[in-house]
Amino acid sequence: MISLAGRDILHSWGKFVLTGLGLGLLIGVTLTMAGVYRGMVDDAQVLLNNSGADLWVVQKDTQGPYAESSSIRDDVHRGLLGMPGVAQAANVTYLTMQVRKGNTDVRAMVVGFEPGQPGEPSYLVAGRRITRSHYEAVADVNTGFALGDRIRIRRHDYTVVGLTRRMVSSGGDPMVFIPLKDAQEAQFLKDNDAIVNERARTTANPALNRPGVPGLLDAINASQTSNHNVNAVLVRVKAGYAPEAVAQEIRRWKHLQAFTRAQMEEILIAKLIATAAKQIGMFLVILAIVSAAIVAFIIYTMTLGKIREIAVLKLIGTHNRTIAAMILQQALGLGLIGFVVGKIAATIWAPAFPKYVLLLPGDSARGFVIVMLVCVLASTLAIRAALRVDPATAIGG
Amino acid sequence: MGASVGIHIEGLSKRYGEGDTAVDALKEVNMSVAPGEVVGLIGPSGSGKTTLLKCLGAVIEPTRGRMTLGGEVIYDNGWKISDLRVLRRDRIGFIFQAPYLIPFLDVTDNVALLPMLARRPNGEARARALELLTALDVAHRAKAQPSELSGGEQQRVSIARALANKPPVILADEPTAPLDSERALAVMRILNQMATQYQTAIIVVTHDEKIIPTFKRIYHIRDGRTVEEAGEGRALQ
Repeated sequence: MISLAGRDILHSWGKFVLTGLGLGLLIGVTLTMAGVYRGMVDDAQVLLNNSGADLWVVQKDTQGPYAESSSIRDDVHRGLLGMPGVAQAANVTYLTMQVRKGNTDVRAMVVGFEPGQPGEPSYLVAGRRITRSHYEAVADVNTGFALGDRIRIRRHDYTVVGLTRRMVSSGGDPMVFIPLKDAQEAQFLKDNDAIVNERARTTANPALNRPGVPGLLDAINASQTSNHNVNAVLVRVKAGYAPEAVAQEIRRWKHLQAFTRAQMEEILIAKLIATAAKQIGMFLVILAIVSAAIVAFIIYTMTLGKIREIAVLKLIGTHNRTIAAMILQQALGLGLIGFVVGKIAATIWAPAFPKYVLLLPGDSARGFVIVMLVCVLASTLAIRAALRVDPATAIGG
Repeated sequence: MGASVGIHIEGLSKRYGEGDTAVDALKEVNMSVAPGEVVGLIGPSGSGKTTLLKCLGAVIEPTRGRMTLGGEVIYDNGWKISDLRVLRRDRIGFIFQAPYLIPFLDVTDNVALLPMLARRPNGEARARALELLTALDVAHRAKAQPSELSGGEQQRVSIARALANKPPVILADEPTAPLDSERALAVMRILNQMATQYQTAIIVVTHDEKIIPTFKRIYHIRDGRTVEEAGEGRALQ
């Protein structure tokens, strides 16, 4: 038996391909939306992976350092190093800001880290690691900086000595790594006018400027222009210790919050991007419904255009299931063309998106199954119309 | 009824509706067409031609009566055949006013479709199609699409399709209506040839004055009743 659906598709392939192209672009948008969500999740996981930590120690009663602000003293890590199960503890700062690049701004997350400790970029794609104590930077390639470029952060220029890749914040902003001391200064440093103003206020305050206490005013002024806070301490746990057990000890004895990797993932994925994920989920549902409606409308219209032929087919003895199979196969054929076009389109345009779009093979497979199911559902309307055709209508009168 | 009768009907009636609104479209219709014979069924609009054709084609169920096909009783105050779709596919050929060829199948497959639907192998079905297309002098268009054929060629292909499963009866619903005199007579010549060659009983519903003189036997239908009369049987060149 010949394939009636196949012959019909071949006969009007131009119409099928053009329709499939339109449907495919819609499917491409749907796959891209799924890719945007996956990209957000991947950004969050990359952030955690790149930190190289087993535990994140932050200010008590906060969910920092990524979801909420956290500020702890930079000598806390020394105490942590003395706790059982802690192999390494390193201060880090995170500051999302606009960094100058020539005459333009680049939105980036500036990370302050200590070389050789958790928090430093795990690998470089060009250049070298930071070897000086000040004014050197390693930048993610997505910032657009090249080796030797100068980055303006607050009042200082930093020279890009290394480039890394896929080092992004949970929001997808590329990272710029600078020495911790510089980052602390950048995070809390006030402008000159503010410093002068603050010193004047302090000098005018008789409680702080006591004639009988020499050196007090200088000490207060010095403390106002220095910063000894960091956002978090990244902890690596010794082999054989359970991260959760070590975290519990830190919470108990240090009065700090300590998150394990699983807890931090929960914060980043389930909380930080939850609203965005729901937003994308709504888009996916709407796009699926729109796709189904379009397939249903196209297949229904195509079927209505063949009512006389269907009546003749039924009159000459064609089984209902043969006619239903013809319509179903056409719907599936349209879905197949649409999916192939959509997958190719999504693959082509995904790299052009400003934020990371991750197209997972599993999502594509699920997308394909959903497209086929949608086509099956969409074809039922047309099949019902075809099965209702009275073969007697082929005979005039 | 002997096997020499292609189709035979006795007292066939069809009533639409019930009670005060009931309409008797067919009233005790009798008709008999032998294998190899072409008869005309003529009558004015609303006389019951199409209803009779639909009953003969097993598309609608008569109200009562008896109908035999190739000697087998297929209706006797109720269908005696369980699957009317198979009956239509294997034992009744249809020719329509317009050819109604399947536009996405080529000429060969339009004809071969019926044997294929009857689960005959594709090769056998296509061989049968080519045989018929050759007999109808359209074999040279075997690979063409229906849209590439002239009106006359399309009608010949539709005749080939009607003959594809070697049915004992063919029902032709105004097959010459859209054709000019010459082509209409050509179609009648072909129908007569095919009836003789394949021993098929052919009933031609028509009100086409051009072809009425070609019938040897005519059934007039008026107000749901048929009257048989001899036709002119004018020779077809």
